[in-house]
Parts: sequence; structure tokens; C-alpha cells
Amino acid sequence: RIGCFAALSPELKTTLDKVVTSHKVILFMKGTKDFPQCGFSNTVVSILKAVNVPFETVNILENEILRQGLKEYSQWPTFPQLYIDGEFFGGCDITVEANALLFK
Amino acid sequence: MQLVVVKKLQRERIMGVTKEQVESALRSKLSPSHIEVIDTSGGCGASFKVEVVSEQFEGKRLLERHRMVNGALVEEMKDIHALSITKALTPDQWNKQQSQTSQPVA
Repeated sequence: RIGCFAALSPELKTTLDKVVTSHKVILFMKGTKDFPQCGFSNTVVSILKAVNVPFETVNILENEILRQGLKEYSQWPTFPQLYIDGEFFGGCDITVEANALLFK
Repeated sequence: MQLVVVKKLQRERIMGVTKEQVESALRSKLSPSHIEVIDTSGGCGASFKVEVVSEQFEGKRLLERHRMVNGALVEEMKDIHALSITKALTPDQWNKQQSQTSQPVA
């Protein structure tokens, strides 16, 4: 069990509660919105820019604790991870599909 | 028993994840009526695209469906570099999509 649940301490969970609610739309990604460092992250940034919503990004490559903690917090194994109103919305595929449904 | 599991895991760790392993894990856990696993690794490690059609998705939101797919692949995910779930449909939705193939799917 130690290996599986080591990353998310109560302190880190409290911190993440604050981080995910710090902006209405917040994207945890590889790189930054101006310099995405992975195709999947880039896709979500492009969609958010195209639908013209204000959003913040957090570069998980710069913080290993945040990176491991968020995987458990969201129960989602990969990045990018999009949060809206403090609630986990999904990764790249879900954002692409939601975008297609809304704007087709 | 434990040792067998450990040895199996070690072997998989060495060999990486194959398309067949991804497919069989999804088959055993989601009993899909249609499944397609495409190996999209371009030299940077195991990377897959999956389409799953399963009755188990009935009444579930898209996020929950993707969580089910991720959950079915929890062991494999440790060695997978990228996983793209392009379809997670119920048989009804799949049949509807198949009948309107003239429309491009985004």
C-alpha cells in the first residue's frame, strides 16, 4: 500500500483543494500555455484558447510532489488534467470530445 | 502464488506492454462487444489508442467511462507512456455511429 498511496498526505490534499479552486478553469499540464511540452497538453490549451475562456495553467514538470499528488487526488493517471469550478473535468480525450459535442 | 505474480510482473516490466496485453486486460474487465487497440508508439515508448464498446458503460458519464478504462489498465498504465481513449461507447451509441458513417467523427 505504501507505494500506492504515499504521495497524497493530508497536508498536500489541503493544498490541492486550494490550488484546484484558485481559478474557475485551471489546467495542470506539461509545460505552460505559451510553451506546451507535450502534444496532449497542447491540444487542451488550443481548445481553451479557441473557446475563449480565461484559464490558468500549472506546469507539473516543475513540481514532482504536485505531479504525483494530483494523480491520486484526481484518480487520474495522466496529464493534462483540467479542473472547472474545483471539479475534475477530464484529460485530453474528454476535453476533445466535449468540445466536439458543444461546437459541432 | 505471490511469487508467481511477482515473477509475471517482472517479466512484463522487462518486456514492456504489448497491444495484446492492453486488449486482453480490457476484454477481461469490460467484456466489450467491440474493441480496437492501436499501437501509436513512435519510438518514445508504449503508446496506445483504444476504442471500447461495452454494455458496462450504460448510464455512465464520459468521465466515469474513461475512469473504468483507466481502472482496467491500472497495471499496464505503469509502463504505458500515453493512452488515448478515442471511443468509450455503449452498443446503442456505437450502432448509431456506425449507421451515420458519412459524418466525420471529430
